[in-house]
Amino acid sequence: MLDERELAEMEKELAHYENKKAGCIGALKAVQKLRGWISDECLKDIAQHLGMTPDELDNVATFYSSIFRRPVGRHVIFICDSVSCYVVGYRELLRHLSYRLQIKPGQTTADGRFTLLPAACLGVCEKAPAVMIDEDVHGGLEPPEKVDEILERYK
Amino acid sequence: MDKKNQGKQKPLTGSFRTDGQPLELGEYEKTGGYEALRNALKSMSPKDVQEEVKASNLRGRGGAGFPTGQKWSFVPAAEGPLSRYVVANADEMEPGTFKDRILMENSPHMLIEGMALAAYAVGAQQAYIFLRGEYVRSSRVIAKALAQAYEKNYLGENIFGSGFSLQMHLHLSAGRYICGEETGLLNSLEGKRAIPRVKPPYPQVSGFMGRPTVVNNVETLCNVPHIIRNGAEWFKDLSLSEGGGTKLYGVSGRVKRPGAWELPMGTTIREILEEHAGGMLEGYRLRGLLPGGASTEFLLEEHLDMPMDFDSLQEAGSRMGTGTMVIMDDRTCPVGMQLSLQTFFARESCGWCTPCREGLPWVVHMLNAIEEGQGEMEDIDLLLEQARLLAPGHTFCALAPGAAEPLGSGVKYFREDFERHISEKRCPWGQNR
Repeated sequence: MLDERELAEMEKELAHYENKKAGCIGALKAVQKLRGWISDECLKDIAQHLGMTPDELDNVATFYSSIFRRPVGRHVIFICDSVSCYVVGYRELLRHLSYRLQIKPGQTTADGRFTLLPAACLGVCEKAPAVMIDEDVHGGLEPPEKVDEILERYK
Repeated sequence: MDKKNQGKQKPLTGSFRTDGQPLELGEYEKTGGYEALRNALKSMSPKDVQEEVKASNLRGRGGAGFPTGQKWSFVPAAEGPLSRYVVANADEMEPGTFKDRILMENSPHMLIEGMALAAYAVGAQQAYIFLRGEYVRSSRVIAKALAQAYEKNYLGENIFGSGFSLQMHLHLSAGRYICGEETGLLNSLEGKRAIPRVKPPYPQVSGFMGRPTVVNNVETLCNVPHIIRNGAEWFKDLSLSEGGGTKLYGVSGRVKRPGAWELPMGTTIREILEEHAGGMLEGYRLRGLLPGGASTEFLLEEHLDMPMDFDSLQEAGSRMGTGTMVIMDDRTCPVGMQLSLQTFFARESCGWCTPCREGLPWVVHMLNAIEEGQGEMEDIDLLLEQARLLAPGHTFCALAPGAAEPLGSGVKYFREDFERHISEKRCPWGQNR
């Protein structure tokens, strides 16, 4: 069941579109922001609200990389693996993060604190290498140990 | 023609605040902001606006370089009350590219005014800013600017008492590079998977919701207020090349000062790299560069004196693309860099057409094997064959041809590095580089 706050956040998004279906990506993101991820049950509820079948909505949800159809940790780390970061230390940063957190891209730490995911260019190439944690971009992570202090801010 | 101011005029970035904060509406107006919209609505017809932009030789800054005025002219003449749309393509995801973010974060009203002028020129009453979801700061800055513009009635009903009305919305995307392809973008805006559409019909005839739609890049739209305010001739004089205006060029990689600079269109690669980016960092040597993002062909040191503009780079077999270059230094493994590029394209393929969906993962597989020291000499020619098979005409959209550009040129220019990986059965740069 979607609660009142979730319904209200969804409606705010839908107001910008000509029909509910066109606003489905915004609706998914609005609910995900409150819940962390989109479970099957949640997907069904949103679909019903939008007048779509669950399959129709899942077809959209599974296409987009920042809609999570599986549980994620409290904080999601997107590590940019595109070319500008690659040439200035992406591999060292990935190795360091994987070692620090003891996870590979696609995995979540045992304590449920972080999920590590690969990301396409984050658009801060002048400050490569970079990660995005939740809604914050952190660049200039060379040497990779610079990320340690940043991780501490996300409990 | 008086060109003495050339290189000094920076219409896009010259008014930016020095503290990195966005220009508030009042500050933007003090630099002449919204004058162009006010004057156009008062004393120019939509056709006049189109003609001025056409005469300015403004070419699309998203990468393809299509003449903007011409693009607008394909929208059929207004008939009745049915809606038309203008969409800003703010889905900046071309690896190595960060210019539109700079414009949006620093001068959001310039984009809004450019979109309003575009909407007036093509008779649109609805506009969307299609922004990539990762640009959280841009989204906050734009949302605030939109609210300010509505409050002053620079957006909304009956703008400047002219009878022209425009509603503008901010759409935050949810990832995927293919959303930057304009028809994939339109499907995404309709709440669908971002699969490209068959063209024709072109969006100008049948776009968002099947209605006439113009999709323009952020930097393109940001130029429009300046063209309308100062005229097409002024705009052409800003440039050293045929295409008018300035360009926001960028450099990333092992250079002294990675960043972006607004310079006359047609500035040479050497000037951008050596004067503005400060040249290579100590201990690094230039081996090659991607001139305009990941989907452009590699260039070498011998190409440094070429002007960065659409036509010159096309003659050299590459493309200006987004004008933001990525530098390959001598400590970067060309196979590893290629693997990074192709991994991106393979992952971002929408899966709709077979050559792209199947071909790109195969390329990644071969590059991985070569990088791991398990490649075979035949693989090199197979990679070149893939680059040919993924070229324009073989695929549904430009994604795979974009991947083929650095692939074909990279293998050609750095073939001996590929051969060394295979003959030595290891990456000569070792695990770390």
